Amino acid sequence: MTLGFLIYKIIFVLIIFAITLLVATYSTYAERKIAAFLQDRIGPDRAGPFGILQPLADAVKMFMKEEMIPSVSNRMLFIIGPGVCMLTACMTGVVIPWGPAMNIGGKVYPLQITDLNIGVLYLFGVVSLGVYGIMIGGWASNNKFSLLGAIRASSQMISYEVAMGISIIALVMTTGTLSLGQIAADQPGMHWNVFIQPLGFLIFIICAFAETNRAPFDLPECETELVGGYHTEYSSMKLGFFLFAEYINMFISSAVISTFYFGGYNMPFIARFVHDPNWLAVLGFVFLFTKISFFIFVFMWVRWTLPRFRYDQLMNLGWKILIPLSILNLLITGGWMMRSEILHFFIK
Amino acid sequence: MQALTNRSKVVAKKEMTFIEKLYLPAIFSGMIITFKHFFRRKPTIKYPEQIRPFSGVYRGQHVLKRDENGAERCTACGLCAVACPAEAITMISAERKPGEENLYREEKYAATYEINMLRCIFCGDCEDACPKEAIFLTERKVDSLYTRNELIFGKDILVESRENPIDLSKRQTPQVKEFKHHKEFAHNVVFEKKK
Repeated sequence: MTLGFLIYKIIFVLIIFAITLLVATYSTYAERKIAAFLQDRIGPDRAGPFGILQPLADAVKMFMKEEMIPSVSNRMLFIIGPGVCMLTACMTGVVIPWGPAMNIGGKVYPLQITDLNIGVLYLFGVVSLGVYGIMIGGWASNNKFSLLGAIRASSQMISYEVAMGISIIALVMTTGTLSLGQIAADQPGMHWNVFIQPLGFLIFIICAFAETNRAPFDLPECETELVGGYHTEYSSMKLGFFLFAEYINMFISSAVISTFYFGGYNMPFIARFVHDPNWLAVLGFVFLFTKISFFIFVFMWVRWTLPRFRYDQLMNLGWKILIPLSILNLLITGGWMMRSEILHFFIK
Repeated sequence: MQALTNRSKVVAKKEMTFIEKLYLPAIFSGMIITFKHFFRRKPTIKYPEQIRPFSGVYRGQHVLKRDENGAERCTACGLCAVACPAEAITMISAERKPGEENLYREEKYAATYEINMLRCIFCGDCEDACPKEAIFLTERKVDSLYTRNELIFGKDILVESRENPIDLSKRQTPQVKEFKHHKEFAHNVVFEKKK
Protein backbone atom coordinates (compact mmCIF):
# COMPACT_ATOMS: atom_id res chain seq x y z
CA MET A 1 0.00 0.00 0.00
CA THR A 2 1.72 3.13 -1.19
CA LEU A 3 1.22 6.64 0.15
CA GLY A 4 -0.32 7.75 -3.13
CA PHE A 5 -2.87 4.99 -2.88
CA LEU A 6 -3.72 6.02 0.67
CA ILE A 7 -4.14 9.68 -0.31
CA TYR A 8 -6.31 8.73 -3.27
CA LYS A 9 -8.51 6.59 -1.02
CA ILE A 10 -8.83 9.32 1.60
CA ILE A 11 -9.73 11.93 -1.01
CA PHE A 12 -12.21 9.58 -2.64
CA VAL A 13 -13.84 8.73 0.71
CA LEU A 14 -14.18 12.44 1.48
CA ILE A 15 -15.68 13.12 -1.94
CA ILE A 16 -18.22 10.32 -1.56
CA PHE A 17 -19.03 11.47 1.97
CA ALA A 18 -19.54 15.04 0.76
CA ILE A 19 -21.68 13.90 -2.16
CA THR A 20 -23.78 11.73 0.15
CA LEU A 21 -24.40 14.64 2.50
CA LEU A 22 -25.10 17.03 -0.37
CA VAL A 23 -27.57 14.66 -2.00
CA ALA A 24 -29.27 14.02 1.33
CA THR A 25 -29.50 17.77 1.98
CA TYR A 26 -31.00 18.47 -1.37
CA SER A 27 -33.31 15.47 -1.02
CA THR A 28 -35.10 17.41 1.71
CA TYR A 29 -35.56 20.25 -0.73
CA ALA A 30 -36.62 17.84 -3.48
CA GLU A 31 -39.02 16.15 -1.10
CA ARG A 32 -40.76 19.41 -0.31
CA LYS A 33 -40.79 20.55 -3.92
CA ILE A 34 -42.09 17.22 -5.25
CA ALA A 35 -44.69 16.99 -2.50
CA ALA A 36 -45.83 20.47 -3.41
CA PHE A 37 -45.96 19.79 -7.14
CA LEU A 38 -47.88 16.56 -6.65
CA GLN A 39 -50.40 18.51 -4.58
CA ASP A 40 -50.76 21.42 -7.03
CA ARG A 41 -48.65 23.75 -4.92
CA ILE A 42 -45.28 25.34 -5.71
CA GLY A 43 -43.40 24.56 -2.52
CA PRO A 44 -40.58 26.57 -0.95
CA ASP A 45 -39.50 29.38 -3.26
CA ARG A 46 -38.43 32.22 -0.97
CA ALA A 47 -34.85 31.35 0.03
CA GLY A 48 -32.83 32.10 -3.08
CA PRO A 49 -34.03 31.53 -6.66
CA PHE A 50 -36.68 28.76 -6.64
CA GLY A 51 -35.90 28.23 -2.97
CA ILE A 52 -32.52 26.67 -3.74
CA LEU A 53 -31.12 27.83 -0.39
CA GLN A 54 -33.98 26.29 1.59
CA PRO A 55 -31.90 23.33 2.91
CA LEU A 56 -29.37 25.85 4.23
CA ALA A 57 -32.10 27.73 6.04
CA ASP A 58 -33.44 24.44 7.42
CA ALA A 59 -29.99 23.46 8.66
CA VAL A 60 -29.49 26.81 10.37
CA LYS A 61 -32.92 26.45 11.95
CA MET A 62 -32.09 22.95 13.17
CA PHE A 63 -28.81 24.08 14.74
CA MET A 64 -30.35 27.13 16.37
CA LYS A 65 -33.18 25.23 18.04
CA GLU A 66 -33.07 24.64 21.75
CA GLU A 67 -31.44 21.36 22.68
CA MET A 68 -33.70 19.37 24.97
CA ILE A 69 -32.78 16.17 26.80
CA PRO A 70 -35.64 14.81 28.93
CA SER A 71 -34.61 14.49 32.57
CA VAL A 72 -36.06 10.97 32.77
CA SER A 73 -34.20 9.77 29.70
CA ASN A 74 -31.08 7.67 29.64
CA ARG A 75 -28.76 10.51 28.77
CA MET A 76 -25.92 8.66 27.13
CA LEU A 77 -28.09 6.37 24.99
CA PHE A 78 -30.27 9.34 24.11
CA ILE A 79 -27.25 11.02 22.54
CA ILE A 80 -25.84 7.84 21.00
CA GLY A 81 -29.13 6.99 19.21
CA PRO A 82 -29.06 9.56 16.39
CA GLY A 83 -25.30 9.10 16.14
CA VAL A 84 -25.66 5.39 15.43
CA CYS A 85 -28.38 6.13 12.91
CA MET A 86 -26.18 8.59 11.07
CA LEU A 87 -23.08 6.41 11.26
CA THR A 88 -24.72 3.31 9.80
CA ALA A 89 -26.39 5.41 7.12
CA CYS A 90 -23.03 6.85 6.02
CA MET A 91 -21.21 3.50 6.22
CA THR A 92 -23.28 1.83 3.53
CA GLY A 93 -21.90 3.97 0.71
CA VAL A 94 -18.52 2.28 0.99
CA VAL A 95 -19.20 -0.75 -1.23
CA ILE A 96 -21.16 0.97 -3.97
CA PRO A 97 -19.36 1.16 -7.32
CA TRP A 98 -19.78 4.76 -8.47
CA GLY A 99 -18.30 4.19 -11.90
CA PRO A 100 -15.89 2.04 -13.93
CA ALA A 101 -12.21 2.36 -13.03
CA MET A 102 -10.32 5.47 -14.10
CA ASN A 103 -6.92 5.25 -15.69
CA ILE A 104 -4.66 8.21 -14.94
CA GLY A 105 -0.94 8.09 -15.81
CA GLY A 106 -0.88 4.32 -16.20
CA LYS A 107 -2.41 3.75 -12.79
CA VAL A 108 -5.88 2.31 -12.30
CA TYR A 109 -8.14 4.12 -9.90
CA PRO A 110 -11.39 2.23 -9.22
CA LEU A 111 -14.33 4.51 -8.46
CA GLN A 112 -15.35 2.40 -5.51
CA ILE A 113 -14.09 2.88 -1.99
CA THR A 114 -13.57 -0.81 -1.45
CA ASP A 115 -14.69 -3.73 -3.58
CA LEU A 116 -15.35 -6.23 -0.80
CA ASN A 117 -15.82 -9.72 -2.13
CA ILE A 118 -18.68 -10.02 0.37
CA GLY A 119 -20.08 -6.56 -0.42
CA VAL A 120 -23.70 -7.71 -0.35
CA LEU A 121 -23.27 -9.23 3.08
CA TYR A 122 -21.53 -6.10 4.36
CA LEU A 123 -24.38 -3.98 3.04
CA PHE A 124 -26.90 -6.16 4.81
CA GLY A 125 -24.99 -6.14 8.05
CA VAL A 126 -24.75 -2.36 8.14
CA VAL A 127 -28.35 -1.83 7.09
CA SER A 128 -29.54 -4.13 9.88
CA LEU A 129 -27.41 -2.18 12.34
CA GLY A 130 -29.37 0.93 11.34
CA VAL A 131 -32.33 -0.21 13.39
CA TYR A 132 -30.21 0.01 16.55
CA GLY A 133 -30.06 3.78 16.28
CA ILE A 134 -33.83 4.00 16.14
CA MET A 135 -34.26 1.38 18.84
CA ILE A 136 -31.77 3.01 21.22
CA GLY A 137 -33.16 6.48 20.58
CA GLY A 138 -36.76 5.39 21.10
CA TRP A 139 -35.99 3.40 24.22
CA ALA A 140 -33.75 6.03 25.82
CA SER A 141 -36.43 8.71 25.43
CA ASN A 142 -38.43 7.02 28.18
CA ASN A 143 -41.65 7.92 26.44
CA LYS A 144 -44.40 5.50 25.46
CA PHE A 145 -44.83 6.92 21.98
CA SER A 146 -41.11 6.74 21.32
CA LEU A 147 -40.91 3.20 22.61
CA LEU A 148 -43.85 2.14 20.47
CA GLY A 149 -42.25 3.74 17.43
CA ALA A 150 -38.96 2.00 18.17
CA ILE A 151 -40.64 -1.38 18.61
CA ARG A 152 -42.53 -0.92 15.39
CA ALA A 153 -39.34 0.05 13.59
CA SER A 154 -37.42 -2.96 14.80
CA SER A 155 -40.16 -5.50 14.13
CA GLN A 156 -40.79 -3.98 10.71
CA MET A 157 -37.12 -4.09 9.80
CA ILE A 158 -36.74 -7.67 10.98
CA SER A 159 -39.79 -8.80 9.04
CA TYR A 160 -38.81 -7.13 5.81
CA GLU A 161 -35.14 -8.01 5.98
CA VAL A 162 -36.06 -11.67 5.55
CA ALA A 163 -37.90 -11.12 2.29
CA MET A 164 -35.22 -8.71 1.12
CA GLY A 165 -32.48 -11.19 1.90
CA ILE A 166 -34.19 -14.03 0.05
CA SER A 167 -34.81 -11.84 -2.98
CA ILE A 168 -31.12 -10.92 -2.92
CA ILE A 169 -30.12 -14.59 -2.67
CA ALA A 170 -31.95 -15.20 -5.95
CA LEU A 171 -30.01 -12.30 -7.47
CA VAL A 172 -26.73 -13.62 -6.13
CA MET A 173 -27.54 -17.03 -7.61
CA THR A 174 -27.88 -15.54 -11.09
CA THR A 175 -24.87 -13.23 -10.84
CA GLY A 176 -22.69 -15.74 -9.02
CA THR A 177 -20.91 -13.11 -6.95
CA LEU A 178 -21.32 -11.17 -3.70
CA SER A 179 -19.15 -8.28 -4.83
CA LEU A 180 -21.08 -5.17 -5.82
CA GLY A 181 -18.38 -4.11 -8.25
CA GLN A 182 -18.67 -7.44 -10.04
CA ILE A 183 -22.48 -7.28 -10.04
CA ALA A 184 -22.34 -3.83 -11.68
CA ALA A 185 -19.68 -4.89 -14.18
CA ASP A 186 -21.71 -7.97 -15.17
CA GLN A 187 -24.56 -5.83 -16.51
CA PRO A 188 -23.09 -4.12 -19.57
CA GLY A 189 -25.37 -2.43 -22.08
CA MET A 190 -28.95 -3.42 -21.56
CA HIS A 191 -28.23 -6.70 -19.72
CA TRP A 192 -29.76 -5.36 -16.55
CA ASN A 193 -30.67 -7.75 -13.79
CA VAL A 194 -34.19 -6.34 -13.61
CA PHE A 195 -35.01 -8.25 -16.81
CA ILE A 196 -33.68 -11.45 -15.28
CA GLN A 197 -35.21 -10.93 -11.84
CA PRO A 198 -38.39 -8.83 -12.25
CA LEU A 199 -40.17 -10.41 -9.28
CA GLY A 200 -37.04 -10.15 -7.18
CA PHE A 201 -36.80 -6.47 -8.06
CA LEU A 202 -40.40 -5.86 -7.03
CA ILE A 203 -39.85 -7.58 -3.67
CA PHE A 204 -36.57 -5.76 -3.18
CA ILE A 205 -37.99 -2.30 -3.84
CA ILE A 206 -40.97 -2.90 -1.54
CA CYS A 207 -38.59 -4.06 1.20
CA ALA A 208 -36.35 -1.08 0.53
CA PHE A 209 -39.30 1.21 1.21
CA ALA A 210 -39.92 -0.62 4.47
CA GLU A 211 -36.25 -0.61 5.46
CA THR A 212 -35.91 3.14 4.98
CA ASN A 213 -39.11 3.74 6.98
CA ARG A 214 -40.64 5.61 4.09
CA ALA A 215 -44.33 5.87 3.30
CA PRO A 216 -46.35 3.69 2.91
CA PHE A 217 -44.30 1.91 5.59
CA ASP A 218 -43.56 4.90 7.82
CA LEU A 219 -45.23 3.37 10.84
CA PRO A 220 -42.31 4.00 13.24
CA GLU A 221 -42.85 7.73 12.93
CA CYS A 222 -46.49 7.99 11.97
CA GLU A 223 -47.66 11.37 13.20
CA THR A 224 -51.32 10.47 13.46
CA GLU A 225 -50.83 7.71 16.00
CA LEU A 226 -47.48 8.19 17.69
CA VAL A 227 -46.92 11.98 17.64
CA GLY A 228 -43.45 11.64 16.11
CA GLY A 229 -42.70 8.00 16.79
CA TYR A 230 -39.16 7.23 17.92
CA HIS A 231 -38.03 10.85 17.62
CA THR A 232 -40.86 12.42 19.61
CA GLU A 233 -38.52 13.61 22.38
CA TYR A 234 -35.73 14.77 20.10
CA SER A 235 -35.07 18.36 19.21
CA SER A 236 -32.47 20.47 17.47
CA MET A 237 -29.77 18.73 15.43
CA LYS A 238 -30.37 15.35 17.11
CA LEU A 239 -33.75 15.32 15.42
CA GLY A 240 -32.00 16.62 12.34
CA PHE A 241 -29.67 13.61 12.41
CA PHE A 242 -32.59 11.18 12.51
CA LEU A 243 -34.30 12.90 9.59
CA PHE A 244 -31.02 13.26 7.74
CA ALA A 245 -30.17 9.59 8.21
CA GLU A 246 -33.48 8.72 6.58
CA TYR A 247 -32.56 10.74 3.51
CA ILE A 248 -29.09 9.22 3.36
CA ASN A 249 -30.67 5.77 3.61
CA MET A 250 -32.96 6.70 0.77
CA PHE A 251 -30.02 7.81 -1.35
CA ILE A 252 -28.06 4.65 -0.60
CA SER A 253 -31.10 2.42 -1.25
CA SER A 254 -31.55 4.14 -4.59
CA ALA A 255 -27.89 3.53 -5.36
CA VAL A 256 -28.20 -0.12 -4.33
CA ILE A 257 -31.35 -0.63 -6.40
CA SER A 258 -29.60 0.94 -9.40
CA THR A 259 -26.52 -1.21 -8.90
CA PHE A 260 -28.31 -4.48 -8.25
CA TYR A 261 -31.06 -4.29 -10.83
CA PHE A 262 -30.51 -1.38 -13.22
CA GLY A 263 -26.96 -1.86 -14.38
CA GLY A 264 -25.30 0.57 -11.97
CA TYR A 265 -23.08 2.85 -14.04
CA ASN A 266 -23.83 0.99 -17.31
CA MET A 267 -25.81 2.58 -20.09
CA PRO A 268 -26.85 0.90 -23.34
CA PHE A 269 -24.98 1.82 -26.55
CA ILE A 270 -22.51 4.09 -24.77
CA ALA A 271 -19.52 1.87 -25.56
CA ARG A 272 -20.11 2.53 -29.28
CA PHE A 273 -19.59 6.27 -28.99
CA VAL A 274 -17.08 6.68 -26.16
CA HIS A 275 -13.89 4.65 -26.05
CA ASP A 276 -11.68 6.56 -23.62
CA PRO A 277 -11.98 4.75 -20.25
CA ASN A 278 -11.75 7.99 -18.28
CA TRP A 279 -14.66 9.52 -20.14
CA LEU A 280 -16.54 6.27 -19.70
CA ALA A 281 -15.92 6.53 -15.96
CA VAL A 282 -17.19 10.10 -15.79
CA LEU A 283 -20.23 9.27 -17.91
CA GLY A 284 -20.86 6.15 -15.82
CA PHE A 285 -20.88 8.29 -12.71
CA VAL A 286 -23.40 10.63 -14.34
CA PHE A 287 -25.58 7.70 -15.47
CA LEU A 288 -25.56 6.20 -12.01
CA PHE A 289 -26.62 9.51 -10.53
CA THR A 290 -29.40 9.86 -13.08
CA LYS A 291 -30.70 6.45 -12.05
CA ILE A 292 -30.32 7.30 -8.37
CA SER A 293 -32.20 10.59 -8.84
CA PHE A 294 -34.97 8.72 -10.59
CA PHE A 295 -35.31 6.26 -7.72
CA ILE A 296 -35.23 9.03 -5.14
CA PHE A 297 -38.04 10.62 -7.11
CA VAL A 298 -39.92 7.31 -7.04
CA PHE A 299 -39.46 7.14 -3.27
CA MET A 300 -41.03 10.59 -2.91
CA TRP A 301 -43.65 9.98 -5.56
CA VAL A 302 -44.85 6.88 -3.70
CA ARG A 303 -44.80 8.69 -0.38
CA TRP A 304 -47.12 11.40 -1.60
CA THR A 305 -49.44 8.99 -3.38
CA LEU A 306 -50.09 6.03 -1.11
CA PRO A 307 -51.70 6.02 2.32
CA ARG A 308 -49.93 4.40 5.26
CA PHE A 309 -50.41 0.71 6.02
CA ARG A 310 -52.14 -0.44 9.16
CA TYR A 311 -49.81 -2.38 11.42
CA ASP A 312 -51.48 -5.78 10.88
CA GLN A 313 -51.55 -5.16 7.13
CA LEU A 314 -47.84 -4.44 7.27
CA MET A 315 -47.13 -7.70 9.05
CA ASN A 316 -49.47 -9.62 6.71
CA LEU A 317 -47.72 -8.21 3.68
CA GLY A 318 -44.30 -8.96 5.07
CA TRP A 319 -44.76 -12.47 6.40
CA LYS A 320 -47.64 -13.91 4.40
CA ILE A 321 -47.02 -12.41 0.97
CA LEU A 322 -43.50 -11.15 0.44
CA ILE A 323 -41.63 -14.02 2.09
CA PRO A 324 -43.56 -16.79 0.25
CA LEU A 325 -43.19 -14.80 -2.97
CA SER A 326 -39.47 -14.40 -2.50
CA ILE A 327 -39.10 -18.12 -1.76
CA LEU A 328 -41.09 -18.83 -4.93
CA ASN A 329 -38.76 -16.51 -6.80
CA LEU A 330 -35.81 -18.37 -5.34
CA LEU A 331 -37.25 -21.73 -6.45
CA ILE A 332 -38.00 -20.49 -9.95
CA THR A 333 -34.52 -19.04 -10.28
CA GLY A 334 -32.96 -22.27 -9.08
CA GLY A 335 -35.17 -24.32 -11.37
CA TRP A 336 -34.23 -22.19 -14.37
CA MET A 337 -30.54 -22.47 -13.60
CA MET A 338 -30.84 -26.25 -13.26
CA ARG A 339 -33.12 -26.59 -16.29
CA SER A 340 -30.81 -28.85 -18.32
CA GLU A 341 -30.23 -31.19 -15.38
CA ILE A 342 -33.95 -31.35 -14.62
CA LEU A 343 -34.79 -31.97 -18.27
CA HIS A 344 -32.10 -34.59 -18.41
CA PHE A 345 -33.55 -36.28 -15.33
CA PHE A 346 -37.01 -36.56 -16.86
CA ILE A 347 -36.12 -37.26 -20.49
CA LYS A 348 -32.98 -39.30 -19.93
CA MET B 1 -90.02 3.95 3.58
CA GLN B 2 -89.17 6.82 1.33
CA ALA B 3 -85.51 7.34 0.64
CA LEU B 4 -84.07 10.57 2.03
CA THR B 5 -81.89 11.13 -1.00
CA ASN B 6 -81.62 9.78 -4.51
CA ARG B 7 -77.83 9.91 -4.41
CA SER B 8 -77.31 7.07 -1.98
CA LYS B 9 -75.09 4.25 -3.20
CA VAL B 10 -75.52 0.62 -2.35
CA VAL B 11 -72.28 -0.60 -0.84
CA ALA B 12 -71.44 -4.07 -2.03
CA LYS B 13 -68.99 -5.76 0.31
CA LYS B 14 -67.83 -8.33 -2.16
CA GLU B 15 -64.64 -10.35 -2.11
CA MET B 16 -61.84 -8.71 -4.02
CA THR B 17 -60.78 -10.38 -7.23
CA PHE B 18 -57.24 -11.66 -7.62
CA ILE B 19 -56.18 -8.63 -9.64
CA GLU B 20 -57.57 -6.31 -7.00
CA LYS B 21 -55.84 -8.26 -4.26
CA LEU B 22 -52.51 -7.68 -5.98
CA TYR B 23 -52.98 -3.94 -5.27
CA LEU B 24 -50.34 -3.16 -7.89
CA PRO B 25 -52.76 -1.95 -10.63
CA ALA B 26 -54.45 0.32 -8.08
CA ILE B 27 -51.07 1.59 -6.90
CA PHE B 28 -49.92 2.34 -10.44
CA SER B 29 -53.15 4.10 -11.39
CA GLY B 30 -52.86 6.18 -8.23
CA MET B 31 -49.29 7.08 -9.07
CA ILE B 32 -50.30 8.09 -12.58
CA ILE B 33 -52.93 10.40 -11.11
CA THR B 34 -50.41 12.13 -8.85
CA PHE B 35 -47.93 12.31 -11.72
CA LYS B 36 -50.50 14.14 -13.82
CA HIS B 37 -50.87 16.65 -11.01
CA PHE B 38 -47.12 17.19 -11.13
CA PHE B 39 -47.47 19.04 -14.44
CA ARG B 40 -50.66 20.93 -13.71
CA ARG B 41 -50.70 24.69 -13.62
CA LYS B 42 -50.37 25.74 -10.00
CA PRO B 43 -53.10 28.06 -8.75
CA THR B 44 -50.76 29.62 -6.17
CA ILE B 45 -50.70 33.41 -6.00
CA LYS B 46 -47.32 34.66 -4.78
CA TYR B 47 -48.81 37.15 -2.42
CA PRO B 48 -46.55 40.12 -1.83
CA GLU B 49 -45.52 40.29 -5.49
CA GLN B 50 -48.87 39.28 -6.93
CA ILE B 51 -52.09 40.70 -5.54
CA ARG B 52 -55.50 39.38 -6.48
CA PRO B 53 -57.83 42.02 -7.91
CA PHE B 54 -60.11 43.50 -5.28
CA SER B 55 -63.81 43.93 -5.72
CA GLY B 56 -64.80 47.53 -6.40
CA VAL B 57 -66.79 47.55 -3.19
CA TYR B 58 -64.15 45.89 -0.98
CA ARG B 59 -64.60 47.17 2.55
CA GLY B 60 -61.22 48.16 3.97
CA GLN B 61 -59.89 51.08 5.95
CA HIS B 62 -62.28 54.00 6.45
CA VAL B 63 -61.87 57.49 5.07
CA LEU B 64 -63.45 60.75 6.20
CA LYS B 65 -64.15 62.70 3.04
CA ARG B 66 -63.73 66.38 2.37
CA ASP B 67 -66.11 68.30 0.12
CA GLU B 68 -65.15 69.94 -3.17
CA ASN B 69 -63.73 72.98 -1.32
CA GLY B 70 -61.61 70.85 0.95
CA ALA B 71 -63.76 71.24 4.08
CA GLU B 72 -64.49 68.21 6.24
CA ARG B 73 -67.98 66.84 5.57
CA CYS B 74 -68.46 65.17 8.96
CA THR B 75 -70.79 67.03 11.34
CA ALA B 76 -70.36 64.69 14.31
CA CYS B 77 -74.03 63.72 14.30
CA GLY B 78 -73.13 60.34 15.77
CA LEU B 79 -75.34 58.27 13.47
CA CYS B 80 -72.39 56.14 12.44
CA ALA B 81 -71.56 55.42 16.08
CA VAL B 82 -75.17 54.43 16.66
CA ALA B 83 -75.23 52.23 13.58
CA CYS B 84 -71.95 50.56 14.43
CA PRO B 85 -72.68 47.01 15.61
CA ALA B 86 -69.20 46.63 17.07
CA GLU B 87 -69.27 49.99 18.91
CA ALA B 88 -65.95 50.87 17.38
CA ILE B 89 -66.63 54.54 16.66
CA THR B 90 -66.37 57.38 19.20
CA MET B 91 -66.34 61.10 18.58
CA ILE B 92 -66.43 64.44 20.35
CA SER B 93 -68.21 67.26 18.59
CA ALA B 94 -67.29 70.92 18.60
CA GLU B 95 -68.76 74.13 17.24
CA ARG B 96 -67.22 75.83 14.26
CA LYS B 97 -65.74 79.27 15.06
CA PRO B 98 -65.87 82.17 12.60
CA GLY B 99 -62.99 81.97 10.15
CA GLU B 100 -62.98 78.15 10.03
CA GLU B 101 -65.43 77.89 7.12
CA ASN B 102 -62.78 76.51 4.82
CA LEU B 103 -61.98 73.74 7.35
CA TYR B 104 -65.43 72.48 8.26
CA ARG B 105 -68.45 72.37 5.99
CA GLU B 106 -71.16 72.97 8.60
CA GLU B 107 -71.49 74.68 11.99
CA LYS B 108 -70.70 71.55 13.95
CA TYR B 109 -67.74 69.29 13.40
CA ALA B 110 -65.94 66.34 14.98
CA ALA B 111 -63.13 67.54 17.23
CA THR B 112 -61.99 63.98 17.67
CA TYR B 113 -63.13 61.00 15.64
CA GLU B 114 -61.73 57.61 16.53
CA ILE B 115 -62.33 54.16 15.08
CA ASN B 116 -60.96 51.20 16.96
CA MET B 117 -59.71 48.98 14.15
CA LEU B 118 -59.56 45.99 16.47
CA ARG B 119 -63.28 46.27 17.15
CA CYS B 120 -64.36 47.23 13.65
CA ILE B 121 -65.88 44.39 11.67
CA PHE B 122 -65.85 46.30 8.35
CA CYS B 123 -69.58 45.84 7.81
CA GLY B 124 -70.03 49.24 6.19
CA ASP B 125 -73.06 50.21 8.29
CA CYS B 126 -71.40 53.55 9.15
CA GLU B 127 -71.22 54.30 5.44
CA ASP B 128 -74.93 53.52 5.06
CA ALA B 129 -75.88 55.52 8.11
CA CYS B 130 -73.98 58.68 7.25
CA PRO B 131 -76.36 61.45 6.06
CA LYS B 132 -73.52 63.72 4.93
CA GLU B 133 -71.59 61.23 2.75
CA ALA B 134 -68.63 61.80 4.98
CA ILE B 135 -67.45 58.31 5.91
CA PHE B 136 -66.67 55.55 3.44
CA LEU B 137 -64.85 52.25 3.51
CA THR B 138 -62.10 52.02 0.92
CA GLU B 139 -60.04 49.39 -0.85
CA ARG B 140 -57.05 50.12 1.41
CA LYS B 141 -56.12 47.40 3.87
CA VAL B 142 -55.52 48.19 7.53
CA ASP B 143 -51.87 47.69 8.40
CA SER B 144 -50.78 45.23 11.03
CA LEU B 145 -49.43 47.13 13.99
CA TYR B 146 -47.80 46.15 17.23
CA THR B 147 -49.88 47.74 20.02
CA ARG B 148 -53.57 48.14 20.69
CA ASN B 149 -53.30 51.90 21.03
CA GLU B 150 -51.78 52.22 17.58
CA LEU B 151 -54.85 50.54 16.16
CA ILE B 152 -57.23 53.21 17.40
CA PHE B 153 -57.20 55.40 14.32
CA GLY B 154 -57.84 59.11 14.88
CA LYS B 155 -58.59 61.94 12.50
CA ASP B 156 -54.93 62.19 11.51
CA ILE B 157 -55.22 58.85 9.73
CA LEU B 158 -58.89 58.79 8.78
CA VAL B 159 -59.40 62.21 7.16
CA GLU B 160 -58.26 62.25 3.57
CA SER B 161 -55.56 64.71 2.62
CA ARG B 162 -56.40 67.66 0.40
CA GLU B 163 -53.59 66.77 -1.99
CA ASN B 164 -54.55 63.16 -2.72
CA PRO B 165 -58.25 62.69 -2.24
CA ILE B 166 -59.42 59.08 -2.16
CA ASP B 167 -61.16 58.02 -5.34
CA LEU B 168 -64.61 56.63 -4.62
CA SER B 169 -65.95 56.44 -8.16
CA LYS B 170 -66.16 52.67 -8.03
CA ARG B 171 -68.41 52.55 -4.99
CA GLN B 172 -70.18 55.93 -5.38
CA THR B 173 -71.82 55.16 -8.72
CA PRO B 174 -74.83 57.25 -9.84
CA GLN B 175 -77.10 54.33 -8.97
CA VAL B 176 -75.79 54.22 -5.43
CA LYS B 177 -76.20 57.97 -5.07
CA GLU B 178 -79.74 57.78 -6.37
CA PHE B 179 -80.52 54.99 -3.94
CA LYS B 180 -79.10 56.97 -1.04
CA HIS B 181 -81.40 59.92 -1.75
CA HIS B 182 -84.43 57.79 -0.91
CA LYS B 183 -83.88 57.19 2.75
CA GLU B 184 -87.22 55.41 3.00
CA PHE B 185 -85.67 52.51 1.08
CA ALA B 186 -83.75 50.76 3.75
CA HIS B 187 -82.11 47.72 2.21
CA ASN B 188 -84.33 45.21 3.89
CA VAL B 189 -87.49 47.18 3.06
CA VAL B 190 -86.64 47.03 -0.60
CA PHE B 191 -86.00 43.38 -0.24
CA GLU B 192 -89.43 42.81 1.27
CA LYS B 193 -91.14 44.82 -1.44
CA LYS B 194 -89.47 42.75 -4.11
CA LYS B 195 -90.89 39.66 -2.52
